[in-house]
Amino acid sequence: MALKKIYLHNLVDGTIKIDLQLELIAGENGLDKEITVADVNRPGLSLAGFFDFFAFGRIQVFGLGETAFMRKLPEAQRKEMLEMFFSYDILCCVFTHGESPDDLFIELANSRNIPVFISQYRTTRFVSLWIHAVEGYFAPTITVHGSLVDVFGVGVLLLGKSGVGKSECALELIEKGHRLVADDIVEIQKIDEIFLFGKSAEIITHHMEIRGLGIINVKEIYGIASVRNRKRIDLIIMLEEWERNKEYDRLGIDEHKYSILDINLSFITVPVRPGRNIPILIETAALNHRLKKTGTFSAKDLDFKIQEKIKLETAKKE
Amino acid sequence: MTEDTVSINTDAGVHARPAMMLVRSAMKYPCEIFLLKDDIEANAKSIMGVLALAITKGSEITIRADGENEVEAVRELVTLINSDFDDGEN
Repeated sequence: MALKKIYLHNLVDGTIKIDLQLELIAGENGLDKEITVADVNRPGLSLAGFFDFFAFGRIQVFGLGETAFMRKLPEAQRKEMLEMFFSYDILCCVFTHGESPDDLFIELANSRNIPVFISQYRTTRFVSLWIHAVEGYFAPTITVHGSLVDVFGVGVLLLGKSGVGKSECALELIEKGHRLVADDIVEIQKIDEIFLFGKSAEIITHHMEIRGLGIINVKEIYGIASVRNRKRIDLIIMLEEWERNKEYDRLGIDEHKYSILDINLSFITVPVRPGRNIPILIETAALNHRLKKTGTFSAKDLDFKIQEKIKLETAKKE
Repeated sequence: MTEDTVSINTDAGVHARPAMMLVRSAMKYPCEIFLLKDDIEANAKSIMGVLALAITKGSEITIRADGENEVEAVRELVTLINSDFDDGEN
């Protein structure tokens, strides 16, 4: 899936949603460079002359330490170091704490078209905001056919074949006070390697198609409380037509997993047949998921109680 | 699996009505049918899916079908798109 690209000028033209408080002071002609990684580099070691493993393709973050170190260097040495530093094809430099570099730094950056910014944030805060702002551009993304609903705070992704009733089920959940994130097309992003977040394709956000009614705008009909833009996915429920000969889970002791973008999520298959109230099953599944997360596993707990009872009875007989 | 690529010639692009015509044609076939635009994939049997692609004039669309009657399905959708969504009513 094609990801949106991000360029250096996007940092200052309002494209990214988080204000990094950046002020451009040099290298304006390099603003059309593409940012290709979210990772940052602290150039401390390079300033000291050690250029092995120098990650010049990343944003270079100069904190108080780096700035102070540069100021302390004797002029000849500083010139030599900066010329070496700027001989690399550096993405851009950011000085935190509102600090600024010396004239030579700015001159070299201008001549090499390497943008230099000043941010008022302190270093750790800047790095965390930076990663937050740009990681979405680099996160692995996949589109799935399903509905994503926030049920009691649990992100439930409903999957199933076309016509099995995903949208109707989502609609009934909304009617019960739960929130729609996306219907039909769910764009899923892997964030921080461990979470999956789902959202709608932008143009159809908060719209649904219901057979017989056509396209409806859920936010307009049910109000702002009935929708949300993004939700972490916690539980995957596959709706499928009831098959007479198929064995469905009767105990719920074994936990099943479904993998999306190499992340395994709890997975339940719910058979659908006329007259079966699917939304209430989904509500219960969501609550049961929350219970499990807080350490209460209904099926296992009951099984444990029964085993204890059996042990006791057996001991009595002996 | 059968696949074919067509370009969209109607000025208005694939808005609600043409999308409905595509979905209606796709629904006639039991096979899975997908539309691909710029690596984004949509289920051809879903109105919202087709609309979300925001297909404009000049877009290249790949139609991919897999399953029963896949060849006929792709042929019918290609014919529909090439006819500029003329259902004979206009």
